[in-house]
Amino acid sequence: MDAPKRTPLYEVYAKYGGKLVEFGGWEMPVQFSSIIEEHHAVRNDAGLFDVSHMGEVEVTGRDAEKFIQSLVTNNVKKMKEKQVQYNLMCYSEGGVVDDLLVYKYSTSHYMLVINASNIEKDYAWIVDQKKEYDVHIKNISNEVAQLALQGPKAEEILQKLTAYNLSSIKFFYFAETEIGTKDVLISRTGYTGEDGFEIYLKPEDAVYVWDLILETGKDLEVKPIGLGARDTLRFEAVLPLYGHEISQEITPLEAKLGFFVKLDVDNFIGKDVLVAQKQEGLSRKLVGFEMIDRGVPRAEFKVSKDGEVIGFVTTGSYSPTLDKNIGLALVKTEYTEVGTEFEIIRGKRELKAKVITTPFYKKNYKK
Amino acid sequence: MRLERNLKYTKEHEWLRVEGEEVFIGITDFAQHQLGDIVFVELPEVGDEFSISDSFAVVDSVKATSDVYMPFDCKILEANEKLVDSPERINEEPYENWMIKVKPVDLSQLDEMLDVEEYEKFCAEEE
Repeated sequence: MDAPKRTPLYEVYAKYGGKLVEFGGWEMPVQFSSIIEEHHAVRNDAGLFDVSHMGEVEVTGRDAEKFIQSLVTNNVKKMKEKQVQYNLMCYSEGGVVDDLLVYKYSTSHYMLVINASNIEKDYAWIVDQKKEYDVHIKNISNEVAQLALQGPKAEEILQKLTAYNLSSIKFFYFAETEIGTKDVLISRTGYTGEDGFEIYLKPEDAVYVWDLILETGKDLEVKPIGLGARDTLRFEAVLPLYGHEISQEITPLEAKLGFFVKLDVDNFIGKDVLVAQKQEGLSRKLVGFEMIDRGVPRAEFKVSKDGEVIGFVTTGSYSPTLDKNIGLALVKTEYTEVGTEFEIIRGKRELKAKVITTPFYKKNYKK
Repeated sequence: MRLERNLKYTKEHEWLRVEGEEVFIGITDFAQHQLGDIVFVELPEVGDEFSISDSFAVVDSVKATSDVYMPFDCKILEANEKLVDSPERINEEPYENWMIKVKPVDLSQLDEMLDVEEYEKFCAEEE
């Protein structure tokens, strides 16, 4: 195993009390104070995340739009310049290579933002699909650092640091501007269910901007946030995590991401399988559930009904916002109606749970 | 890391308070810090019997589920039911909030446990 990778912000973690863990080959802070405290900080005030481990791939050239459309499930051709779009990239069998954000500069220039643990796999996959397309594909992950400032006070804090009118950046759009003297790309996007921004910048500027945001936002209670709270926040908002809700073995339709799969537009890899799956109906689907018995559900625990295994948990956790133990599970479709009861197998125990509506937390986006 | 001078410790990060033939067992400050926010504790039943190295309880933090292992052969006299409703007490005061009270089968097994200096050294090596 290679030594874990570090982001440009590695050096400041200790100063803010970061407790480190290895995640997807990266040495990252799981928490700074406490996961629960950090979770509430983002829901109520604002939190700053180092997400520099995320990957970025630049696609340029005459066929860029056509090429990306051939790779992903959403309607890229509908995108405006400076717009961002959530997408799935599928295998021909319908399973997911990765989920990603597509940033459009122009029809001949895009940036794809991919998951940290999938960078090499995705890049190789994208290059493999190039074939006759007139495009240039570049993995720029090491040239880009990324911060996320999330929460109801995110805009107020960031506005103190840039001349750009942030309220003019609509949900899932971006702007190129400066923070202090540093060049940044700011998009109104995130992975928490709150309003907020993702900030792309040069690695050598990351520490400066990180410190500046925390210093400037002090009076507004901004806090540094680790990966632990990032996971509980995205989970409550039911934003999928690769390797959990989606994977090579799980299609976007099974993961209830049909909204981002446009089956009536151009062909993309995996479309045939997804069309057939939609016509035939899904045999399993993602559901949200709440524990009736005491106990925390965890990923990979089996779900059973009347002694028969009907699926498995994809993510499970204590929910700080709801103060309940909840989970997401991929189960046979006949058990997905709200109110259905089933059992979660935790060690030797079978714990009762029931299907509830999702998302667990109503997203608080500014649109 | 906080330590209490008059307790015994294990390499599994439990503390033991011996009172005559009874022993209170909890997890250490080091352990609660490593686990993070504790949100659930599953305790054994009074009367249950355990052998050394058996898992006798499960502690859930936000991130993970961890077993707690029995340091010697014993029988459960009492489980601290307060922790079922308020598991966060362990984070707040790990040495006040014992998990179980037990009766050891063989008191001489307790001679194997670490004293405070030995445990402190052990933790320093683990970090």
